Amino acid sequence: MATITTRHTARSLKQRLYAWLTCHVNAASDSVQQLWVTPFATALTIAAIAIALALPTALHVFTINLKELGGHWEGAAAISLFLLPHIDEQQADKLANELRQRTDVAHVEIISRQAGLAEFRSYSGLGAALDQLTENPLPVVLALYPTSYISDLTELEQLSASVAQLPGIDFVRLDTEWIQRLQAVIKLLQQGLWLLSAALAIGVLLVIGNTIRLEVENRRNEIEVMDLVGATASFIRRPFLYSGAWYGLFGGSGAWVLVNFMAWQLQTPVDRIARLYHSHFQLLGLDWIATCILMIGAIALGIAGSWLVVAQRLNQLQPSR
Amino acid sequence: MIQFDRVTKRYPERGEALREVSFTLANGDMAFLTGHSGAGKSTLLRLIGLFERPTRGQVLINGVNINTLPINKIPLYRRYVGMVFQDHRLLPERSVFDNVALPLIAAGLTRREIEKRVRAALDQVGLLQLECAAPITLSCGEQQRVGIARAVVARPPIILADEPTGNLDPELSREIFALFERFHGVGVTLLIATHNLDIIHTLPYRTLRLQQGVLADD
Repeated sequence: MATITTRHTARSLKQRLYAWLTCHVNAASDSVQQLWVTPFATALTIAAIAIALALPTALHVFTINLKELGGHWEGAAAISLFLLPHIDEQQADKLANELRQRTDVAHVEIISRQAGLAEFRSYSGLGAALDQLTENPLPVVLALYPTSYISDLTELEQLSASVAQLPGIDFVRLDTEWIQRLQAVIKLLQQGLWLLSAALAIGVLLVIGNTIRLEVENRRNEIEVMDLVGATASFIRRPFLYSGAWYGLFGGSGAWVLVNFMAWQLQTPVDRIARLYHSHFQLLGLDWIATCILMIGAIALGIAGSWLVVAQRLNQLQPSR
Repeated sequence: MIQFDRVTKRYPERGEALREVSFTLANGDMAFLTGHSGAGKSTLLRLIGLFERPTRGQVLINGVNINTLPINKIPLYRRYVGMVFQDHRLLPERSVFDNVALPLIAAGLTRREIEKRVRAALDQVGLLQLECAAPITLSCGEQQRVGIARAVVARPPIILADEPTGNLDPELSREIFALFERFHGVGVTLLIATHNLDIIHTLPYRTLRLQQGVLADD
């Protein structure tokens, strides 16, 4: 057994390493040249991969921006403290001053009974009905704005729970519904992102697989000849795997350019909106971790797609029974 | 040593191509394999080349039953056996040099070693001056000699040839056989399937004759 299946060339480790490296460099450069043989078809394939990869990537960028936006409530989340009915405005003022001493409170606004009623009248449209009332039923309300370092929903809830313990306070309303809704939406988007990514990853796998299948078909003769002169399966596979990797790399780069271009296009309108809301919000682009994941994922998909196709072809070359 | 031990090969679509074939070819022997088209010559060579496996019986190469070789050992085994085909099976988009170099590239030799060996092989078949040519620009006889150079470049101990002179006129055929005799002279084991009875009758080598899948004459 040993004699007919051992390598006949006794070689040093250095020579073997050199041969291995040469083999890889050749496969990599041959396969990139192969892409240039049909530039139009190659460009179409790369564009298809780029768009398929750009979709989940863009959704990812959208989600991280939305998340960022959720963290930027900047005082939008006020805690409303409804005081007990018997508390009058002087007492309310005293309470407000006490609250202002707290480090986690930025500022406190007193909404007097009259101001509350006026506001209610203008928003509710119950003007005539309110005129029937003999006395103002509304309590004094303190609007409490937390300091900006409180950026987390649980911290906000802790603050509201602690101020609810203070004497003279009837109940506390924390206006967090919109934050909770936003967080639910982000969660939904993140789950959607996974599903979309999975579906489009399969799409990329198929696009690359199909392209490599055509290449395998075109080089059928070469594969057969390589097989009969004693090329190993990995040797035959190698240039195709490199082709797949190149498609992945170029497609991934295309997606990166596309997403960053979109973000760049949106930067100006987003800035305008942020200014209108007096926010320091800045549109986030693709961070380097996401870029790495995109690139490695794209290359891995390319290699996997061509592996599947070439493996199938190599199976057909095995001796028949 | 090539040894067939009651080898039968049956194809599902056309029945038995070989039936109970047994013979032994010692190391360094040269033999011809003759028979009508469809007598099983190609099948026999394909069994030795391990492109097919027998339905029954054993093919032993140097005492090893090659049908028990695991799939990952087949490429190494193929480097042990050089093959020549009637249609040469050259890659038209590659130069003569590159075609001959294929087995060495597959074996992972260094560039310098490849150049040395390819030139030696091309020199043996008398085509050294054509190394940069494209195969299609060559004559049929020259193409076949490129095919032979590719089969011998890795210096395999066994060479199989399937109708190597099928497309050649008698004079070119004689040249090809003379080439095979030179390899025989340096100890290579050769098995050559051929129709060319006129020439092989003038040569002093063993002839195996297949008739409808049975070894009729030895």
